[in-house]
Amino acid sequence: MKKLLFAIALGALSTVSFAQGKDLKVAIDPTYEPFTFKQDGKPTGFDVDIANALCEQIKRKCVFVEQGWDSMIPGLMARKYDVIISSMSVTEDRQKQIDFTDKYYNTPSRVVTRKALNYTGPASLKGKKIGVLKASTQEKYALGELKPVGVDVVPYEAQDQVYLDIKAGRLDGTVADHVEVTGGFLSKPEGKDFELKGEDLFIPKYFGIGAGIGLRKGQDALKGELNAAIKAIRGNGVYKKINDKYFKFDVYGK
Amino acid sequence: MNWAVIFEAQNLALFGTGIVTTLTLLAASLASGAVMALVFALLLTGPWAPLRWLVGAHTYVIRGTPLLIQVYLIYYGLGQLEWIQDRWDTVWPWTHLKEPFFCALLAFSLNTAGYTAEMLAGAIRETSAGEIEAAQAFGLSRFQVMRRIVLPSALRRTLPAYSNEVVMMLHSTSLASAVPAVVDVTAAASRIYSDYYLPFEAYLAAAAIYLSASFCLIGIFKLSERHLLAYLAPRKAH
Amino acid sequence: MNAYVTAILQGALLTVAVSVSALLVSIVLGLLGAGAKLSGRPVWVAMATLYTTVIRGIPELVLMLLIFYGGTIGLNNTLEWMGSDATVDINPFVAGVLTIGFIYGAYMTETFRGAILSIPKGQMEAAWAFGMGRMQTFVRITAPQMVRYALPGFTNNWLVLIKATALVSLIGLQEMTYAAKQASAATRSPFVFFLFTAGLFLLYTTLSLIALRKLNARFSLGARHGTL
Repeated sequence: MKKLLFAIALGALSTVSFAQGKDLKVAIDPTYEPFTFKQDGKPTGFDVDIANALCEQIKRKCVFVEQGWDSMIPGLMARKYDVIISSMSVTEDRQKQIDFTDKYYNTPSRVVTRKALNYTGPASLKGKKIGVLKASTQEKYALGELKPVGVDVVPYEAQDQVYLDIKAGRLDGTVADHVEVTGGFLSKPEGKDFELKGEDLFIPKYFGIGAGIGLRKGQDALKGELNAAIKAIRGNGVYKKINDKYFKFDVYGK
Repeated sequence: MNWAVIFEAQNLALFGTGIVTTLTLLAASLASGAVMALVFALLLTGPWAPLRWLVGAHTYVIRGTPLLIQVYLIYYGLGQLEWIQDRWDTVWPWTHLKEPFFCALLAFSLNTAGYTAEMLAGAIRETSAGEIEAAQAFGLSRFQVMRRIVLPSALRRTLPAYSNEVVMMLHSTSLASAVPAVVDVTAAASRIYSDYYLPFEAYLAAAAIYLSASFCLIGIFKLSERHLLAYLAPRKAH
Repeated sequence: MNAYVTAILQGALLTVAVSVSALLVSIVLGLLGAGAKLSGRPVWVAMATLYTTVIRGIPELVLMLLIFYGGTIGLNNTLEWMGSDATVDINPFVAGVLTIGFIYGAYMTETFRGAILSIPKGQMEAAWAFGMGRMQTFVRITAPQMVRYALPGFTNNWLVLIKATALVSLIGLQEMTYAAKQASAATRSPFVFFLFTAGLFLLYTTLSLIALRKLNARFSLGARHGTL
């Protein structure tokens, strides 16, 4: 009896993995075209290419770990991976929990609804259903600015599920990253009746200063390495090459 | 462990909404499921072969596929069909399919109906042959035999298995958290987890809520079993 | 489209792996639990009763989330507290298998317990009278008969277990349901992919049913049904 229990315990423990040195585990949420998405079953996109370029710079191998967006930060704190390179905006709230490197791009968010809708500001969306990604900066914006004026804000697990429900007709629109919604929705057949409304939203209170690489607090050595790597690829043309592969403009922003 | 966060007003309110949603889902799906189950069970043990086959196929699929997939199929799958999209703004029954709560409710009702129908049908088939023969000897019609002899007895004998099914349904309502915008107890706990990074506290609170609800349900069923199945209990010593 | 179908089929293999591994864990726990409950010693009985009552009172999803998210943090905090620098990562496969195995161990306990209780006591007493030891009695007398009584409940538990593996998709294991969800959102065609996945599950449960029915047929008892 005792031997059996011991054997089972050993077996269970052996399946639990202990972290090694060389590989860098990178968390991504591959539902965010064109930054992070899947093509032919493989993760690809701006974030993924930048991650690979940075890993080459710091001479480590990138191992991608898929993670749902709303448990990105908890997963990092639970040490399921080492860094988050998945278009995570650097905000004050998030900086209370984790650390960030310098930004590696900055694009604004935008409200997106039907072309036929006359948008004059948050109040003109009263009574409409707007879908947002749970635990995103856009959700914070929607709950902070849209919900108080009577907009029905519906949080979703993944951004592409928002598009699925917009296509189905359950939602009237979304608040999303300008570039992401263009590449992931507006440029596709189901987005033809929708357009970007209002102005680019650059409000730092909600949206922060741009997307950075998330790491656990206290990892200053890694942070320094990654910051140096970002500067390096900005300088040697690798960043521009990846930028141009996906976008016609400079996504690094101000 | 940071329990103070759970007891903050807005988080307690979130759990409160969750509890109301869970119990509403449970009650509504059990009620509609039970009605459907009765109809299905009668069709399963009835004389019309095509209907037997049809209902049998339905319960087979329901019992052979996970509830999660059934929920996704009804919420996302039906929402994709253009035939439904054209109608769900205006035509009455289909308007409900737009709402996430209704989709979850439909999935749960069909699910419990499938399982309960098989349980009830099994109990109907197991009715003591002698009782049925006696009723037939008395000249009762098929409908009368069903209504006065078989069903009352079958419904009572399904009670223990049905009590299991009710508790299972309570647990299944946690899958409503997979549908966007439905805030049940599990969704409330997940919300608190992703906002405050406290998985233990959030999910333990949810577990405690479900545990208490399960105990209440089991207790209610034990009492009703004692009353309704008293005739099957072993005789007490005098 | 093709890459998505491949992903779902690869996920199907994972589903089979998770369910079979979890079944093994649940059988072991079920036998231990039934043994504890039937041993008569208060400590064991209390622990086993606590186990089955608590597990059957909490939804599988909540338990899975608790073990997966809470468990990793708990283990890592303990390691930090012990002064170690190592990080432990419970991957979704292990978390899923342990959780499902743990949950269905409770159900198996009740099934095995009911089955053992159905065997007439006289048989075990006769075995002891013959001088057979506990283990011998169990292997030669109790177990074969227990299988016969436990089969219906076991079949039921196994079918429910297969379906519970779909929940592991919610903690990130890339089995069928997860692959189907990603595919359906990316291609905006949920109906097709979820129907396909439902079909795969139906195939799995049907094959299991056929296999277990064959097993059951070897032990079935005749019964008379009244004709309606």
